[in-house]
Amino acid sequence: MSYYLGLAQLIGIHTLLGLSAYVLMLTGQLSLGQAGFFAIGAYCAGILTVIFELHIVPALLIAALLAAFFAFLVGFPALRVKGLMLVVATIAFGEFVRLFFFNLSWRVPRDGIHVGPDSTNGFREIRYFVANGWSAWEITLFVWTFVLLVMAALWWTDRSRAGAVLRAVGEDELAAQSVGLSLTTVKVTAMTAGGFIAGVGGALYAHTATYVDHLTFTVLLATFAISYPILGGLSSVFGTLVAVIFIQGVLVEGLRFMGDWRSIVFGLLIVVAMNLKPSGLFDARTARLLRRAVGLRGGEKSRA
Amino acid sequence: MLELSGLSKHFGGVKAVDELDLTVNEGEIVGLIGPNGSGKSTTINLICGVFGETAGTVRFRGELMNGKPPHQRLRAGLARTFQNIRLFPNLTVWQNLWVAQNSPQDVSARGFLPRWFGATRRTRREIADLLDLADLGHKDDELASNLAFGEQRRLEFARAAATRPRLLLLDEPAAGMNQQEIADLSRRIHRVRDSGVTILLVEHVMELVMGVTEQIAVLNFGRKIAFGTPGEVQRDKAVQEAYLGASDPGDGSA
Repeated sequence: MSYYLGLAQLIGIHTLLGLSAYVLMLTGQLSLGQAGFFAIGAYCAGILTVIFELHIVPALLIAALLAAFFAFLVGFPALRVKGLMLVVATIAFGEFVRLFFFNLSWRVPRDGIHVGPDSTNGFREIRYFVANGWSAWEITLFVWTFVLLVMAALWWTDRSRAGAVLRAVGEDELAAQSVGLSLTTVKVTAMTAGGFIAGVGGALYAHTATYVDHLTFTVLLATFAISYPILGGLSSVFGTLVAVIFIQGVLVEGLRFMGDWRSIVFGLLIVVAMNLKPSGLFDARTARLLRRAVGLRGGEKSRA
Repeated sequence: MLELSGLSKHFGGVKAVDELDLTVNEGEIVGLIGPNGSGKSTTINLICGVFGETAGTVRFRGELMNGKPPHQRLRAGLARTFQNIRLFPNLTVWQNLWVAQNSPQDVSARGFLPRWFGATRRTRREIADLLDLADLGHKDDELASNLAFGEQRRLEFARAAATRPRLLLLDEPAAGMNQQEIADLSRRIHRVRDSGVTILLVEHVMELVMGVTEQIAVLNFGRKIAFGTPGEVQRDKAVQEAYLGASDPGDGSA
């Protein structure tokens, strides 16, 4: 059972990671820096609960706000460039963050031992859940509370004018400017929101894993972050969730029995999925079918 | 209201717009015509800030616009349509108009949350009016990319009107339209003008230009070669020569 709960937590956390890339992708921007914001969230929340002995909720919120703040700062220079150049710029940021934590040593004595980030050895003592006697069920519930809150917020945003504005910028920048939208404002706002979401994910990750080190936050993690919304499609937040379940649940975990063949089949299945559903696993058509199955009518003034 | 003086745009050695002086007064419908490649669309792009000018100034309601990005010019009251329609194809008709409702009046009159997240009753009423203007009331939930060509043109026109502009720049709005659609368009242009919007119309279709404009400026090779009422312009020798010596520029085939 604890294996499945652990998997559920992982899926929740990766959904947050994917949604952080999803927000920015709505404006047509691709960032490979999401692992950096995730790392900021993870390390900061860990430091706050371990060294400052804060409760998990304020620690998580502060960590997420800090990640959002850095996303805001990075957004201004990074979003002046587009396409591949933005990808390169955000990779550089992600690596910068990773190497910062690689070198960060901040050990303090606590109950006879030293705790805190220990540069190359990682940050090993993020035991908030264990120390407070949380059960695996409670941790899973805690993680999914945040996942559902973020998903609900984004789902609602998508139906609002703000969501239409994000998509408008993603569809045609010149037309968006011509109806009075400031590209910088819209993109930096999306980047900041994405940073916040990645920060929440990172904070939850650090506490469920109890141990983080810089190797967790490489470009590979950033690649996962963007592959979820790409595979799931941008028609709604559920696409990202479906893609995370598909990749983490089915491909990564489900194919374990294949041993070394797993990576090959993994890649193959992604290619097949992209060919069968080029606009995402969860595209407008799937959404319509599902809605009909549940007996709901389409949103009256919003996109299907 | 709009004053261009000495406005020039050079692309390498090509003088797309050359020392253009043009004044548009409030409440007028002014036409800007000329053969292909005479610099009409470049002029629109200079006025809207899509390109930076090589020389000269753009003044709008007395305010210098040089160096301002397009979205700031829009907020000053300069809206436009595009020669090749640029809608938000995967947003619905309703959303296309919703996004464009971003006028300065809203910024002061309404709070942050209703502006970005709510659709107030006023918003809905205004969008209903715009749908009526574009004759798209029955297609509000359709994706813009699913509309027919003429409908897309109408939606783009309504989207520009949704920003509540003071000056509306129309870049060849009648391209590809039939007689009936041109008649509808000229009715629509008058309706917008009567609500207090000044209009600068760039157009090839002489039927529309001669029918709706009060003043016409004629460009050729980036220079203004004539300015006057439709009648005056039609009789102008330089204009007739610019249109390949045609005795009647009204054929519009240039």
